[in-house]
Amino acid sequence: MNWSGFLAMGGYAAYVWPSFGLTLIVLIHNVWAARRLHESARNEALRRIDSAGSGS
Amino acid sequence: MPATTVWQAMSLTYQRDLVLAFRRWEQVAQPVVFFLMVTTLVPLALSPELNELRQIAGGVLWIAALLAALLGLEFLYRADHADGTLEQMLLSGQPLALLAIAKTAAHWTACGLPLVLVSPLLAVSLGVLPGALGTLMLSLALGTGILSALGAVGAALTLGLRRGNLLLSLLVLPLTMPALIFGARAVDMAVHGEVARGPMLLLAAMCVLSLTLAPLAVSAALRISLE
Amino acid sequence: MTWTWFHKLASPPHFYRIAGRLAPWFGWPAFLLIVVGLYGGLVLAPADYQQGEGFRILYVHAPSAWLSMFVYATMAIAAGIGLVWRIKLAHAVAAAAAPVGAWFAFLALATGSMWGKPMWGTWWVWDARLTSELILLFLYMGFIALRASIDERERADRAGAVLALVGIVNLPIIHYSVYWWNTLHQGSTITKIGKPSITFDMLWPLLAMMFGFTLYFGAVLMTRLRAEVIRRERDASWLRGELA
Repeated sequence: MNWSGFLAMGGYAAYVWPSFGLTLIVLIHNVWAARRLHESARNEALRRIDSAGSGS
Repeated sequence: MPATTVWQAMSLTYQRDLVLAFRRWEQVAQPVVFFLMVTTLVPLALSPELNELRQIAGGVLWIAALLAALLGLEFLYRADHADGTLEQMLLSGQPLALLAIAKTAAHWTACGLPLVLVSPLLAVSLGVLPGALGTLMLSLALGTGILSALGAVGAALTLGLRRGNLLLSLLVLPLTMPALIFGARAVDMAVHGEVARGPMLLLAAMCVLSLTLAPLAVSAALRISLE
Repeated sequence: MTWTWFHKLASPPHFYRIAGRLAPWFGWPAFLLIVVGLYGGLVLAPADYQQGEGFRILYVHAPSAWLSMFVYATMAIAAGIGLVWRIKLAHAVAAAAAPVGAWFAFLALATGSMWGKPMWGTWWVWDARLTSELILLFLYMGFIALRASIDERERADRAGAVLALVGIVNLPIIHYSVYWWNTLHQGSTITKIGKPSITFDMLWPLLAMMFGFTLYFGAVLMTRLRAEVIRRERDASWLRGELA
């Protein structure tokens, strides 16, 4: 495995690696954002249930 | 007493809208003045050379007309929404889509048509030769028609929203891009002495399509916005 | 065949549980396919004759572009179902899908631009596909903006649905117009983006990436949907049993 050749990408490294990097960032971000949304929705719902329970 | 027929309802709506539009001259004049001013910006920004201006005249006139017509969309439903007339239309039992056609037609008469009529003057100022003026006016007539139809959908969806006008422009502009492509191309061809049959036919097809389908979307959107 | 499974699907508590169980079934295969596709595309596939190693950007550009269109179609169909049959969950699907689709459109544009710079010499070219993708991004932003500016959820759902349907009807027209417009000016932008002559060992990683991205969307959608359902059903009694 020719590492330096691989990283150089035939001279196109400056374009190839940022493209793949950006893609990975976007993919990871969307997973993280989805999970965070779910969690905050859950927490908020639980808070509402609790306050409704204790208030009544 | 016989109930109002659909035709009567449509023509009454059309006439009423026109009367209201022309009662306040500024409303009719604003889009036209805007059209004029934007067209004036171009030579100032680029070059006073008519030969150069002629090359881009088609695109410039089309963009300016589209933006001016977009300006005029605000007034389409706003006043009627504010004073409750729109709800009356909803409750009237008349087919809402047909009333929407009547309102769209009135909007075009009060906003699009003046732009079309003024366009030859502006075209000449950009170096366009008389031979191309017919194509220009026809293409703009179709284009502003398309914008009135599609714009009505946007206006109905954004009824009563704050900053609705900006949102309206963002929603409507992408939908008008095909018309812009073919309309500007048609004028370009005419300016260079060719017959612009292809683009004009496509433009006409788009106009018919939008006039047929948009009112359905408008009527759905009005019900959604008013309930 | 009874349609009870379909009706059950439209019931929020049932759907919430199903979405929760489906998510990993989408997620892990997606992860695998993407890793395999990346390895295949970056390491195994031979360099392109004309574009050299630069063509490898295809492996992220094409799936992003494909997903951006697939998600818009999903969004519009879901919104249409919600509008016509008044199924609230369908509106939730549209709302959850839109931001993801917009991200893919953005990614397609960004990777397309990075691909273009070494190939055409400029960061941006009014190439038919890029222009078409840009307009798609505008349509996404319009949908998201409209929903965001309406406070009442039901009105936002239904107004967004009308807009999405108008958008999907216009999409073929826009697509065709932009392609036609681009052919007018042959000289300037004869673009080879996305069209290296493709052999099988170049093709399979692309297919892996496409499937991987699609499954990835499924996984993210399921999770976002669960969040949507919770928010929409905030005061429903089933939530207590489900979450506590």
